[in-house]
Amino acid sequence: MYDIIKHRRWYYIFSTVIIVPGILIMLYSMLTIGTPFRLSIDFTGGTMWELRFSQPIAPGDMVEFFHSQGISDANVHTIGDENTLVIRTKQIGPDEKLNLMAAMEKQFGEKPEELQFRAVGPTVGKEVTRTAFIAVIMASLVILGFIIWAFRQVDHPVRYGVSAIIAMIHDVLVASAFFSLMGFIAGWEVDALFLTALLTVIGFSVQDTIVVFDRIRENSRRRKGESFEVIANRSLLETMQRSIATQINAMFVMIALLLFGGVTIRQFIATMFIGMLSGTYSSIFIATPLLVSWHNHEGLFGWFHRGKKKQAKKTATA
Amino acid sequence: MQSRNNLILIILIILVALATYIALPIDHPDWFKKLVAPHQEGPQALTLRLGLDLQGGTQIQLQPDLPEGQTATDEQLELARAIIERRVNGLGVSESLVQAGKDRIIVALPGVDDPDAAIETLRGTGQLEFVDLGSNPEGLTAGMKINTTNGPAEGAASDKVYPTIMTGDKLKNVDVRRDPNTQKPYIAFELTKEGSKIFGKYSGDNIGNYLAIVMDKTILSAPVIRAKITDAGIIEGDFTVDEAQNLAIQMKYGALPVPLDVVDVRTVGPSLGEDSVRRSLLAGTIGVIVVLLFMLAFYRLPGFLADLALLSFVSFNISLYKIIPVVLTLPGIAGLLLTTGTAVDANILIFERMREELRAGRSLPSAIEAGFSRAWTSILDSNLSTILTGLILLYFGSNFGASVVQGFAITLIIGVLVSMFTAVFATRTFMRFIIQYFADSLKNKLSWFSV
Repeated sequence: MYDIIKHRRWYYIFSTVIIVPGILIMLYSMLTIGTPFRLSIDFTGGTMWELRFSQPIAPGDMVEFFHSQGISDANVHTIGDENTLVIRTKQIGPDEKLNLMAAMEKQFGEKPEELQFRAVGPTVGKEVTRTAFIAVIMASLVILGFIIWAFRQVDHPVRYGVSAIIAMIHDVLVASAFFSLMGFIAGWEVDALFLTALLTVIGFSVQDTIVVFDRIRENSRRRKGESFEVIANRSLLETMQRSIATQINAMFVMIALLLFGGVTIRQFIATMFIGMLSGTYSSIFIATPLLVSWHNHEGLFGWFHRGKKKQAKKTATA
Repeated sequence: MQSRNNLILIILIILVALATYIALPIDHPDWFKKLVAPHQEGPQALTLRLGLDLQGGTQIQLQPDLPEGQTATDEQLELARAIIERRVNGLGVSESLVQAGKDRIIVALPGVDDPDAAIETLRGTGQLEFVDLGSNPEGLTAGMKINTTNGPAEGAASDKVYPTIMTGDKLKNVDVRRDPNTQKPYIAFELTKEGSKIFGKYSGDNIGNYLAIVMDKTILSAPVIRAKITDAGIIEGDFTVDEAQNLAIQMKYGALPVPLDVVDVRTVGPSLGEDSVRRSLLAGTIGVIVVLLFMLAFYRLPGFLADLALLSFVSFNISLYKIIPVVLTLPGIAGLLLTTGTAVDANILIFERMREELRAGRSLPSAIEAGFSRAWTSILDSNLSTILTGLILLYFGSNFGASVVQGFAITLIIGVLVSMFTAVFATRTFMRFIIQYFADSLKNKLSWFSV
């Protein structure tokens, strides 16, 4: 029987190698722009305006136009083609917008096609941020409680809950690091869809982990003679085919959406793609090995059980 | 046991046929609509509602604009919502939606790509007053603001406070008509019985004096009273047809109990919407087809049955969207496709179990049963956690007008529930049926089960 668990230290190292740069990117982001990701107006409040003209307009000209109208913080860039501009400023009231459009028509000689217009008040932005935090924390607590309850008949159900949550946090960090990186490379901004993607990643990561844990639970009952490490390994191998098959199916759908789907959900799907990939990885290579490490009181876990090291060594070699 | 399975199979087939019929993009007969979705009224019943990001349109969030520390009561908010809804309906936007959230009102206007005019109509408090200007209007004309006994005005043309004779709630009907000679639009109004009494007495006593018809403290018109007016009158002014109609709407649909502020506006141009729909539908279909083929290739006979179950799954979901009804947004479609993945996962769990049991030497029928019962705990536990996540998302989305998140959460929850249903009922029933009639011939063809 191939031993996956044996190499767990390599998995821990691999994950660290992926996550630490991710955290560094987010820290760097905090230093340069004040937040771990670029935020869309959903969170900051403000106005976003997407206009299409019949001829190319230099963003610089548009910025100057806004200056002349008394708005100094306009941020303009082209999107898609040179005729389409995305303008971001502080909040513009409906009356101000009408005036601006009239003046713009005069300045540039045409009334542009309005592809998108979003005006978000500052309170809305703050509320969304606050609720987002609460939602993620609540989701984590609820899931933790659910797992502890679902696995109440096994030894140390809390370990299962905590390991699952650690795997989940791992996935959230990977997805967030990815997004933060794309923020620098491609200007991606966090909006309500990103949160949706995160919460989905959480849901599926846990779902995946539970399937493996469920098998461990069953094998613990059926094969009482075996050491925990062997049971865990066996459970992993038994569920491997299913995990991969499900992952592949989900990938089919997401790849199709990425390639052929509308532009508006691309960031959303890409984030979920990375997150779910990480989810499958973490269920197999993080959550389960953590259970074993904990059981054997290794590493960090060993700090609290110095006296019991000898006992642990015996069980591990069974 | 076998005859019970046959009964379930028949019921299932009927349900699937029903769901498929409902899901088809055709117009269903009215009696059918009433039967299946009695709580929906109007021509929109039993249609697939598309969100703004798919149709193109505008979403506006309004929040009560009260001084620090004051909040609107639930009744006030509900009343404001009802009035806004009537105004929105007056705009004639089809499939519009007005909802009240915790502290705000959310208006969805599909197909409206110029939100500015819509906002103006919706936002005005619509407080109409008939005000006595006395015998000398003192240079006051239309467009100027005045203070009335009903409340002061910002930027009033004079410090004098004019008495309000009557407010707009005494209006029974408001209409826009054209003068047959000049083609100029004017507003015709009718008064309630109480209004007629008040106005009749006032106008009778004040012939020759000036009456100001005031909207939100701005004079619309200040005509001279030529005769006693009892139950009907007109307002003339320099209106365009649009201006007249907007005014009439504001007058007709009453005064808002609290002033409302626009806090969030988002428009998606129709070109963006249509393009997204087309491409996502295409992408989704491709994705699903690949999954169907994969299942067939990997799991063979059971895979084929799972594919049937999957198609039923899609039918059930779409028909549920039409019945409940659920407004489908782009993330909602993504939610549907992802739960398709969950549905497939449930089947995979079952089949992997079955394979194990067959390899261990069990007979075909008992391997199938064992596969289902053993896999059930995994399916239940893992799907429950997804449902929990979905509920949290739903709470988050519905309280903050993030209909984006809400749409995804709803399709997620519905999808997971339906997936559990189809995995257990559809796939299992199909399999039991096949086994029942073909058990002997299949016993030697285990490769069909990819063992």
